[in-house]
Amino acid sequence: MGSALPLGDPAPLDGLLPAAAAVGAHDRAFGVYVHVPFCRVRCGYCDFNTYTAGELRGARQVDYADHAIAEIRMSRRMLEASGVPDRRASTVFFGGGTPTLLPADDLVRMLGAVRDEFGFDEGAEVTTEANPDSVGPDDLRRLADGGFTRVSFGMQSAVPHVLAALDRTHDPARVPLVVRWARDAGLDVSLDLIYGTPGESLRDWRRSVEAVVEERPDHVSAYALIVEEGTKLARQIRRGELATPSDDLEADMYELADDLLAAAGYEWYEVSNWATDAAQRSRHNRGYWRGDDWWGVGPGAHSHVGGVRWWNAKHPAAYAERVTAELSPAVGREVLDAGTRETERVLLLTRIREGIRIESLHAGGRHAVAGLIADGLVDAKAALAGVLTLTRRGRLLADAVVRRLLEE
Amino acid sequence: MSPRAANPPVPAATDPALIRNFCIIAHIDHGKSTLADRMLGITGVVSDRDMRAQYLDRMDIERERGITIKSQAVRMPWQVGDTSFALNMIDTPGHVDFSYEVSRSLAACEGAILLVDAAQGIEAQTLANLYLALENDLEIIPVLNKIDLPAAEPEKYARELADLIGGSPDDVLKVSGKTGVGVEELLDRVVERIPAPVGRADAPARAMIFDSVYDSYRGVVTYVRMVDGHLNPRERIQMMSTRATHEILEIGVSAPEPTPTKGLGVGEVGYLITGVKDVRQSKVGDTVTTAAKAATEALPGYTEPLPMVFSGLYPIDGSDYPELREALDKLKLSDAALVYEPETSVALGFGFRAGFLGLLHLEIVTERLRREFGLDIINTAPSVVYEVTTEDRKTVTVTNPSEFPTGAKISEVREPMVRAAILAPKDYVGTIMELCQSRRGTLLGMEYLGEDRVEIRYNMPLGEIVFDFFDQLKSKTAGYASLDYEPTGDQAADLVKVDILLQGEQVDAFSAIVHRDKAYAYGVLMTGRLRELIPRQQFEVPIQAAIGARIIARESIRAMRKDVLAKCYGGDITRKRKLLEKQKEGKKRMKMVGRVEVPQEAFIAALSGDTEKKDAKK
Repeated sequence: MGSALPLGDPAPLDGLLPAAAAVGAHDRAFGVYVHVPFCRVRCGYCDFNTYTAGELRGARQVDYADHAIAEIRMSRRMLEASGVPDRRASTVFFGGGTPTLLPADDLVRMLGAVRDEFGFDEGAEVTTEANPDSVGPDDLRRLADGGFTRVSFGMQSAVPHVLAALDRTHDPARVPLVVRWARDAGLDVSLDLIYGTPGESLRDWRRSVEAVVEERPDHVSAYALIVEEGTKLARQIRRGELATPSDDLEADMYELADDLLAAAGYEWYEVSNWATDAAQRSRHNRGYWRGDDWWGVGPGAHSHVGGVRWWNAKHPAAYAERVTAELSPAVGREVLDAGTRETERVLLLTRIREGIRIESLHAGGRHAVAGLIADGLVDAKAALAGVLTLTRRGRLLADAVVRRLLEE
Repeated sequence: MSPRAANPPVPAATDPALIRNFCIIAHIDHGKSTLADRMLGITGVVSDRDMRAQYLDRMDIERERGITIKSQAVRMPWQVGDTSFALNMIDTPGHVDFSYEVSRSLAACEGAILLVDAAQGIEAQTLANLYLALENDLEIIPVLNKIDLPAAEPEKYARELADLIGGSPDDVLKVSGKTGVGVEELLDRVVERIPAPVGRADAPARAMIFDSVYDSYRGVVTYVRMVDGHLNPRERIQMMSTRATHEILEIGVSAPEPTPTKGLGVGEVGYLITGVKDVRQSKVGDTVTTAAKAATEALPGYTEPLPMVFSGLYPIDGSDYPELREALDKLKLSDAALVYEPETSVALGFGFRAGFLGLLHLEIVTERLRREFGLDIINTAPSVVYEVTTEDRKTVTVTNPSEFPTGAKISEVREPMVRAAILAPKDYVGTIMELCQSRRGTLLGMEYLGEDRVEIRYNMPLGEIVFDFFDQLKSKTAGYASLDYEPTGDQAADLVKVDILLQGEQVDAFSAIVHRDKAYAYGVLMTGRLRELIPRQQFEVPIQAAIGARIIARESIRAMRKDVLAKCYGGDITRKRKLLEKQKEGKKRMKMVGRVEVPQEAFIAALSGDTEKKDAKK
């Protein structure tokens, strides 16, 4: 998530949700996201809410698990007090930052708190992100023993000069090792790649994708680098030290990745995500796209329950203060009206392979479908069967498709 | 102490022998207004306390640009020996676009001060007005100004002036409007050299209108030069071109504030107020007579102002259209030459097609719209007036490329021609000739002025001049060249209309009538500009230039290939939705040409030649 918090309404200190949030809760899956806001170094492109040891202003990394657990405990009470029925967590996702900078025991303890409060669905998906250079075989085993089912490695690239441009510190040779350790521990594996890094050629990118395919992960994510305002990378580009990645090259890279992954048996299921089969698709992320409910734990984390979105205090110190005082750490929220929820539904469902039912679109959106088919952005066969799904060209132009679907 | 007149002659009862009517011919920046101000101070009509820099130039734009658009007349007393004279200084407009107004101002005088910057020498414009003055048999008093400047070369330019008008370099007066040096001698010289006006006091009244100014409080103020007879307060007057009659509500002289008098007699210069609200009812060049005892013959030289250059004026914010209409209606009251009618454009929305005397006139009108009315406007490429004859022998007057006949075969297109005079240091002759040649000019002649400056005369199509010729001339001569031109008729030429098509749809604002040899270059220029400026769409967009159905140039905007946010997880959703809402707002400002979405700014930038790359987006 981007680090700048959106503008919204103030959030109440008691964390209570409006009554509408509970409506239809039984039809929505419930997930928990735990943010771990620490990194050893800050990467040049990253504007996530994360802090190196020097940036923590007295909020201590060792206390973090306790603070997060305090929020987990509060979350259950707040949902209950808001009339949202109890649901077991079907997914948990630890992201960051670098979750694996915390001792595995801390992660397991936090996960335990989620289990205590909500319980897990059968076959719940529990993922943590990890950096290839911040985990060893023992850590991974302990995580698996503690209930984690899946690990997502931030590999980003297999090419040293690309990793250097991204400020990534790991040795690419470490990736096969960590993948093997994770496998040995019984964890499902996902690898993350970034493309469009300044200086990265199409050939560099091919090397990275081929390296990924060689490791046979269950799941692959590939993201175009987003140059965020306020990052070191943005400054380097502004000063002309690095070239802006071109949209055309990025499109070539996307298509190359899609080709190589498809040939290796991976199927796209969201604009930036591929998996070996339906069972390996990230269920946690699917919740975001389908408008399910989730509680986001930790500084700067975002939550969504029944059309209410809120976000927590950004700095770990401010966050710690709130949760220690048993106050909601939320600092802003928005209660979505029907129109806004519809906008979000269209913009999110359009991104995934399951697509959106054409009959569920309003008249303007239905009217746009023929043109989208003609422009090669929407799959004609699926559309005839009543579902709007993007073609590959459509995936690359997904935002434009969404704008056309939302035209009045 | 300056010899201010002890007993100034009284208006309405001044012996013509005591009157001197003169104007100042000068180039922009050569210090005409400063000299005029100095004269007002020295003769005592404006006290030092009231002295405002460049008193005579009333409009802000004029003051800023250092040019005079509207002329004014001031009566100043001046004593030579024991006799008090009345000097009428008529301030002439300084630009070629207003040559008709210049000619009328000159016709109101018996003499002219030829004012030249002692550091720069004479310019083309001044030379043109000098010709006009000599044609009107005006007595010329050559004067070098700004002799206080360190860069002044009075000896050199005195020789240049003497070469030009005859006489000795010693006859050239050397003054400084800024310090006042030489100005008293100049006033003495005016009295001594310029002939007194001659007219018949007992004949029916005839007065020539040399300026007509709209004043929001007083209505139209008409400036006249009495030729014959007498005009009196409350008298009914008649405009000889229209036979319209009005009552004189006020008559007077500018001294320099309007000062009512008992009338105006032979040779006098003053103003009339009749209560009319539109300068079109009081036309420059027209003859005023009395209704009771009307003159039979009008004074010579009157013509209707004829627009030479046309351009579309569009508000940048479409919702300003009613304000633009109102503003033009107001400007029209004070600008007899401005004509306009509503027009719509695919690219630019609702606007007006307006006719102007020339490029500067166009610039002044758009500037006034901006400044006095706070309107943000864009104008389309200026066009001249073409006469197009089709094979079925119909002739159409075309002031807008959209009027160019498309159905019938064209047998002839005639375009307006001008005689252009360019003055420049001799080192630039080659460059200038190259430029004129490339603009279909035919050399008429070339003459050395003094040692190192040359006057080059070309016969050229006006259409070539309105298309950035002056900018080119300036940039190729480091700003040294000056230009003047006057209409000389028309010629048949191989002209075609080039259309610009966006995905097969014509974009009207970019159509242009150009010479067939230039059609390709225009097509390449415009398609290239638009390719740079129009953002990529979800499909490829061909941009073509065409003559009729024939494509002469082609560019294309490649389809946009990537428009997707890579990551869309929990915290990204709100941000993404807000971005979408913003894009939706942005779309409302897009102009649709067929299916192509074009930001209004892209059209504007393409028209103004301001091609900043579109990729500086996001």
